[in-house]
Amino acid sequence: MKPAAFELHAPEAVDDVVALLAEHGDEVKVLAGGQSLVPMLALRLTRFEHLVDVNRVPALAGVEAHGGELRIGATTRHRAVEQSDEVARAVPLLARATANVGHFQIRNRGTLGGAVAHADPAAEQPAVAVALDAVMEIASRGSTREVPAGDFFQGTWTTALEPHELLTAVRFPVWSGRCGAAVEEVARRAGDFALVGAVCAIALGDGGVERAAIALFGVGDTPVRASEAEAVLTQGGDAAEAAARAVDTIDPIDDLHASAAYRTKVAGVVVRRAIERAKEEATGA
Amino acid sequence: MPDRLIELRVNGESHRVRVEDRTTLADALRDECHLTGTHLACEHGVCGACTVIVDGDAVRSCLMFAVQAVGSEVTTIEGITPGDGSLSPVQEAFREAHGLQCGFCTPGFVVSLTAYLDEHPDPTDDDLRDALSGNLCRCTGYQGIVKAARLAVDAMKVDAMNAGAA
Repeated sequence: MKPAAFELHAPEAVDDVVALLAEHGDEVKVLAGGQSLVPMLALRLTRFEHLVDVNRVPALAGVEAHGGELRIGATTRHRAVEQSDEVARAVPLLARATANVGHFQIRNRGTLGGAVAHADPAAEQPAVAVALDAVMEIASRGSTREVPAGDFFQGTWTTALEPHELLTAVRFPVWSGRCGAAVEEVARRAGDFALVGAVCAIALGDGGVERAAIALFGVGDTPVRASEAEAVLTQGGDAAEAAARAVDTIDPIDDLHASAAYRTKVAGVVVRRAIERAKEEATGA
Repeated sequence: MPDRLIELRVNGESHRVRVEDRTTLADALRDECHLTGTHLACEHGVCGACTVIVDGDAVRSCLMFAVQAVGSEVTTIEGITPGDGSLSPVQEAFREAHGLQCGFCTPGFVVSLTAYLDEHPDPTDDDLRDALSGNLCRCTGYQGIVKAARLAVDAMKVDAMNAGAA
């Protein structure tokens, strides 16, 4: 239960972080909040010669609005996201999803960028990023690039990030008007990763649902965007029809926690509930 | 792997200790600072027995490396316990309500709850259960712990009222 030996680097600038990543290639990992990486090191599921601790890089933390987007630095802690008035106002779906992460002691330390880059298929924030078409800001030595959330998540614990790249921030589009947001999930115990969950944002116009964003988590090896279910809603369909369509597009796994059939059944329920709650909130807005 | 000489601030005191980079904060507290009130059970962030307060926030000390705590103020169960042999309000409530049996998980519960009540002085019972859900106890079945938490809240409210009246 002790990690294998490594050398920990704690630079204070993004340039120094990416220089270390470039220098050490496959032998290096970024350490953010450590709430997933450190257990994996302790259990010796993984090991690295070098860790680059990004907790001392001030430029990587913080929430700022610009244009129609909210930019959240990668090392912004879950607790800061959960308690930020700006996040609650601009991207309520993210604020609510973050409150479901682990326990408060975990949220005090874990980071948004860490959760996104770790890419657990049952994690909440990757699903929010996919549902809302967030954009990932990525830095490497001498260059930067952006990747849409829809292309970022590639498999279990696997993303578009190369070993020499650092996720520096996530930008979320800000919705306005009569909006509602809801997160629904089923977990075996409080604070556990979800067996199945769904996130949903709804914007209402004069003619009903004008815009819908839905994603499921825990039902595949990446978050699953339910585009067809969104279309059902914007074309006047109800929550039950949309949920049925969302379930058609998923192919969950069997494991010791739940069977595929159970996950599929519960997925339909959580999607329907998330849509109903988001719609209800938008109606009252 | 080379050691490093670092300075940790724990319970208001400085400790100069020699650690490896991979040494967790929990191990440094126990083995180097000789503060063995911080308990280690699962060592991978599940059980909460090793909870300490770092710069005001309750965290798992098994999921932080000691070198990461340099420059921070760490509070352990020893720092929560008054120096005169008495108990803190949360500790007193655990004693009173039988919030422990074997006691192994107790420091983690007390540290977590102390940090939580510092920010949430008036929680509902649901809030308390949620706040306690990050710590595992294998003896009590939790009923005594939930009762202790409620007792601690009420006692601290009375203390606050008395302090206000004085």
